[in-house]
Amino acid sequence: MSVKVGIPNALLYYLYYPLWQVFFNEIGVQVVTSGKTTKEILNNGVREALADACVPIKLFFGHVMELKGRVDYLFIPRVVCINRKTVYCPKFLGLPDMIRHSITGLPPIIDVRMDTRQGQFAMLKAYLEIGDIFKAGKLSVYQAYNKACRTLSRYNKLLRKGWNPHEAISLLHKKGPLPKPPDTDLKFAVVGYPYNIYDNFISVNFLDKLRRLGVSVITAENISPLSLARQKNCGLPKRLFWTFSDRALKAAHLLFKRGRVDGMLHLTAFGCGPDSLLNKFIELEAKKHRDIPFMTLMIDEHTGEAGMSTRLEAFVDMVRRRKEALACPK
Amino acid sequence: MSKITFPRMGESYRTIKMLLEDLGNEVVVPPRPSKRTLDLGIRYAPEFACLPLKILMGTYLETIEMGADTIVTTGGVGPCRAGEYGMLHHKILNDLGHKIKMIVIEPPRLHPFNFIKSIRALNKSRVSIKGIIAHVKRAWRKLQALDNLEKLSHTVRPRELSRGSTTRAYRKTLDWIDQAYTTEQIVEAEFAALEALKSIPQDPARMVLKVGIVGEIYVLLEPASNLEIEETLGNLGVEVERSMFLTGWTRDNTWNETTEGITVKEAAAPYLPELIGGHGRDSIGNTVLYAKRGFDGIIQLAPFTCIPEIVARTILTKVSKDYNIPVLTFFLDEQTGKAGMTTRLEAFIDLLRRKKQFRRGVESLTC
Repeated sequence: MSVKVGIPNALLYYLYYPLWQVFFNEIGVQVVTSGKTTKEILNNGVREALADACVPIKLFFGHVMELKGRVDYLFIPRVVCINRKTVYCPKFLGLPDMIRHSITGLPPIIDVRMDTRQGQFAMLKAYLEIGDIFKAGKLSVYQAYNKACRTLSRYNKLLRKGWNPHEAISLLHKKGPLPKPPDTDLKFAVVGYPYNIYDNFISVNFLDKLRRLGVSVITAENISPLSLARQKNCGLPKRLFWTFSDRALKAAHLLFKRGRVDGMLHLTAFGCGPDSLLNKFIELEAKKHRDIPFMTLMIDEHTGEAGMSTRLEAFVDMVRRRKEALACPK
Repeated sequence: MSKITFPRMGESYRTIKMLLEDLGNEVVVPPRPSKRTLDLGIRYAPEFACLPLKILMGTYLETIEMGADTIVTTGGVGPCRAGEYGMLHHKILNDLGHKIKMIVIEPPRLHPFNFIKSIRALNKSRVSIKGIIAHVKRAWRKLQALDNLEKLSHTVRPRELSRGSTTRAYRKTLDWIDQAYTTEQIVEAEFAALEALKSIPQDPARMVLKVGIVGEIYVLLEPASNLEIEETLGNLGVEVERSMFLTGWTRDNTWNETTEGITVKEAAAPYLPELIGGHGRDSIGNTVLYAKRGFDGIIQLAPFTCIPEIVARTILTKVSKDYNIPVLTFFLDEQTGKAGMTTRLEAFIDLLRRKKQFRRGVESLTC
């Protein structure tokens, strides 16, 4: 029986799971995920994590609890910096330590440090380190890493086409040309962090609800990194320190400027540190673009389905009526 | 002429005011944060921003009312949010229609040019480089004097015979140091002030508990934000040792790290090997060091939603178990009330005292 590595379906899962899955499979390790978020996972997380932590972190604790006892290793890399410019939120930086020191009876944690500021081959080195744990040869690790990177770039291409991570993961291993998502009459920009937007449980089916209301969604993940990079520092003297926040702010600026969206939503988690700044910056920018309505939605472990529906329906109705009114000849 | 102001953090404003005036600026001294400061701050700052941002927001608005048009503050390189506060404050103030100039001083080690530019902007009376260094040295001496005085007040207060005498003497002696200008005067004032504090009648036989305070720098240094926790603890008969003073912190972050800073890092390494911004790692390292030095308990202070301190708190649970040392955490925000805090402190101190007595065999736990 092969060794099993557990990857929690939370936080960085939505961006790097395809890479990790292919990599581990190639070096002969079985990957086990914790599956979709459920009520039980959330409750476990809320119980284990500190009350003051944000929901995504609590969920991560829950997902780790779900994997406990089912796997031989837990994969919680310490991802510090991947683009040589911005770092991840401090909670990501201390994530392996938080897990290790607050949940007992866990399998060994693989907490390699990934920091591309340390040199060109830092990522490869990190994966070689992982290979060492499983006694895989250097060459096979190298090949596995290469293949994994190719998979990731295909995955990213799917995201740029407008699919969301769940759809992209299921389309990933289909052969042939990349399919296109269907069109709708309204298009919203949703800024926020992938681990909030795409976790259907914690966002109370936010994306499905919008789809049912006839709205398609564009997120920071659907925009090419190049157009985001062209936003520079968004008129601020310094860029935001955190990768996800920086990306969200740039996406907001780009979409406001380009103006091809009918509305903008910011999905934020209660008590999120970086978002307290990000939200204010987006709000101040939104004031300059009166033609694009903007709303902030906050989620936490108590978010109810009905409340979210009401707010979304009202917002969509307002945007739709406004669009119809503007389209009518005077 | 432009009027300049700066964030207020504990008693350090006395030094910063002197330094800015030496460089030829007209200074608006920020008032001590009050209920009104906080109310103003809450109204305009983001809801989930941490307490320091809200207090500073209020302070800036109050100083703008007093005529300030330039704000000098510190920057940072993350990943703690405080590094971006300068630009957030600036944006919010602009949005409110206040045209102010913001001078953000970045750490000289990483941004030498920005640092020089900020110093040039502050140097209104064109003091020579040699002159600036002399002014900074003198200001530094004053800062040390203020810190030394505060440290001594922490050891004297729990042993004082009549309650409140230390606080009264401390307030009075602060003014002596404030009025000193030349280095000789500062040294003299410091000596006199320390003597004055030492001469307060004390009870040497009293059983005094030792508690270490760790946490985020602003809420540690500004008594108005932590509801004078050190004074409250001193009155409860607890000797407080705070892990952070402005002089130590500045040294660690501008020139090179002190051995003190490195020891803290090493102590924290088994628990948190990564720098997570803010003072998360320091909180853990200092807790370990205090435990090894035989302290009775630790109090962690952090603003609500402070990311590094949340990480630290999660890990401190384990440290507390490993070293058998009680840790009490306060997440402070605008809702924190003094009475509630005092109740929690009293309960905590009672537990620590009984634990200590039990260890000494004075009294058994089950009566």
